[in-house]
Amino acid sequence: MTTVITDTARHRVAADVEEWEQLELASFLERTPERRTRFLTGSRRPVERVYTPADVAEMPWEDIGLPGRYPYTRGPYPTMYRGRLWTMRQIAGYGTAADTNARFHYLIAQGQTGLSIDFDMPTLMGYDSDEDMCEGEVGREGVAIDVLDDMMTLFEGIDLEQVSVSMTINPSAWILLAMYVAVAEARGYDLNKLSGTIQNDILKEYIAQKEWVYPIRHSLRIVRDTIVYCAGNMARYNPINISGYHISEAGSSPVQEVAFTMANARAYLAEVVAAGVDIDEFAPRLSFFFVSQADFFEEIAKFRAARRVWAKIVSGEFGARKPESMRLRFHCQTAAATLTKAQPHNNVVRTTLQALSAVLGGAQSLHTNGLDEAYAIPSEFAMKLALRTQQVIAEESGVTNVIDPVGGSYYVEALTNDIEAEVYRYLDVVERMGGTIAAIEQGYFQREIADFAYEYARRRESGDQVVVGINRYVDAPDEEQAIEVHRVDPEVEHRQVEHLRTCRRERDAAEVERSLRELKAAAADHDANLMPTTIAAVKAGASMGEIVHAVEEVFGRYTEAPVI
Amino acid sequence: MTMASQPVRILLAKVGLDGHDRGVKIVARALRDAGMEVVYTGLHRRPEEVVTAAVHEDVDVLGVSILSGAHMTVFPRIIDLLKAQGVFGEILLVGGGVIPDEDVVTLKSMGVADILGQETTPGDVVETVRRLVAQRSPAA
Repeated sequence: MTTVITDTARHRVAADVEEWEQLELASFLERTPERRTRFLTGSRRPVERVYTPADVAEMPWEDIGLPGRYPYTRGPYPTMYRGRLWTMRQIAGYGTAADTNARFHYLIAQGQTGLSIDFDMPTLMGYDSDEDMCEGEVGREGVAIDVLDDMMTLFEGIDLEQVSVSMTINPSAWILLAMYVAVAEARGYDLNKLSGTIQNDILKEYIAQKEWVYPIRHSLRIVRDTIVYCAGNMARYNPINISGYHISEAGSSPVQEVAFTMANARAYLAEVVAAGVDIDEFAPRLSFFFVSQADFFEEIAKFRAARRVWAKIVSGEFGARKPESMRLRFHCQTAAATLTKAQPHNNVVRTTLQALSAVLGGAQSLHTNGLDEAYAIPSEFAMKLALRTQQVIAEESGVTNVIDPVGGSYYVEALTNDIEAEVYRYLDVVERMGGTIAAIEQGYFQREIADFAYEYARRRESGDQVVVGINRYVDAPDEEQAIEVHRVDPEVEHRQVEHLRTCRRERDAAEVERSLRELKAAAADHDANLMPTTIAAVKAGASMGEIVHAVEEVFGRYTEAPVI
Repeated sequence: MTMASQPVRILLAKVGLDGHDRGVKIVARALRDAGMEVVYTGLHRRPEEVVTAAVHEDVDVLGVSILSGAHMTVFPRIIDLLKAQGVFGEILLVGGGVIPDEDVVTLKSMGVADILGQETTPGDVVETVRRLVAQRSPAA
């Protein structure tokens, strides 16, 4: 191990600090006290006045290291943005598949380099648009997908071998993956050339986002099946996007976000390894998704720490040998929960800072939120401005010319070390509780998140946590700025339901019946893979809701014991 | 009618497919910390279940949190069900979540006692509930 400074240098620094405290600092503080008695990061970790080499003297140089080399603190690749900029991937989706397809063509024309799809609540939860639970929700928060025909329309005129497609979908992810495969096969694409991602991170649903269908263990089996299917058939596709974003949005601290995400990641690794797949066969295709929150430097450190933790877990604990298995790649989204309804234009500034953290932290793809986030899903104008924000950072600011420019900052390195240590501490707690699933069942993550969220709400109320325009620099009510907001087309639900009914009439009902029977048989056999029978079912014209309910007959349904 | 000395009873509910429960949990804690009796339904409830539970629990206030945009479908349904049970006005209906200003106006005109948007502080939630219960018509 090589430390970053010599013992001699370290003693010299310590002596200088001591002298500075006595000569400059003490008298200055007497005349002008600091604004606060203590300063804290977004995770409520203490922040010192100034950092020196003494704060990182204990750390091995190897933990900083070089980009594209273990433990990947500085980035997963040796050239980073000098080679290729991150993928600018604005999530979009509303109304019918045709509505969203038009938005995709618009975004591609504006210079967006990857697609990301937001689905409506019924699709996310695995219901058909005509089920009574879905009234008022069809096509509202995202695009409605019921059958393969919708998926065909969604990608009309888009070359799936050229554009990577990310789908934010969880309990019903395996069905959308099946539809995606079916679209690709119908168009004659080579599955091994398709790049993209399904979120498919079911564990964080029980912890944070709360979209589920089946009990935890059955759900984890479905995730296993998708990972195993992709490992064998889709060489460039990410079958899971292990997500901290929703954990953060549900109210966790940044440290908890990484810690709980890693707890989930370990559970997936263990599940797939237990199915007999070699770690190096699938770990390279696992991808991550983090938020970029408000504390600028802590966020950068968080991304660096996450990469280091992952590299150490995958190699140390699971024995991976391939560098690709150890390289954490992540999508990033700026923090929706930091955006305010009051003074909405301030949100552009917040989002710019958060996006810069993501870039300095080495993100592989990025979504920047619209300024109207606290109102509705984004208007076309808001989306374009958010995309331009990324383009300015990428092509005007110069920050992409160098890799990990904050590497070696005493502060950021110390923060990175602190976050890493805290993550291990949480992982130990989870281990002692019996692992990730046991901890979910005991409500551990849910309680930790709710506690931090409540404290944050209280701090915001007291003004201790400043939010410009909310608890400081507040406008009088008559000064409020109006902005253009996306409107939902009230006819969407009707159109979507009619289309679904037409599709049901026109298909071969016996063929659908047969495919659903085979699907149920596969579900009942824990060692079988659900993907081939699901692909057959969507090709036969079975709808998402029909598939979900058929499998529900075998797996049952999850109900949460809520933690307040 | 609840006597002034008795704690306010409130049922908090999530209706429909929406899973955003950060806000409702903060509200639950704030009300509980303020000495109120709080029951939380958990996620994904139907309007019928929520109204039945509110009547069964004999609450003063039914608080419904929605961030999915389905509020203009859900609230009218709940109002109808409360009316059918003959408890509309006796049980006060309060909404929370991401709800556009013009919809707030419409919902209040339909008889929703108040809508507390996402910027409402815990203290304001407590104060609003106390005030609404104190002002409730004694005929109920």
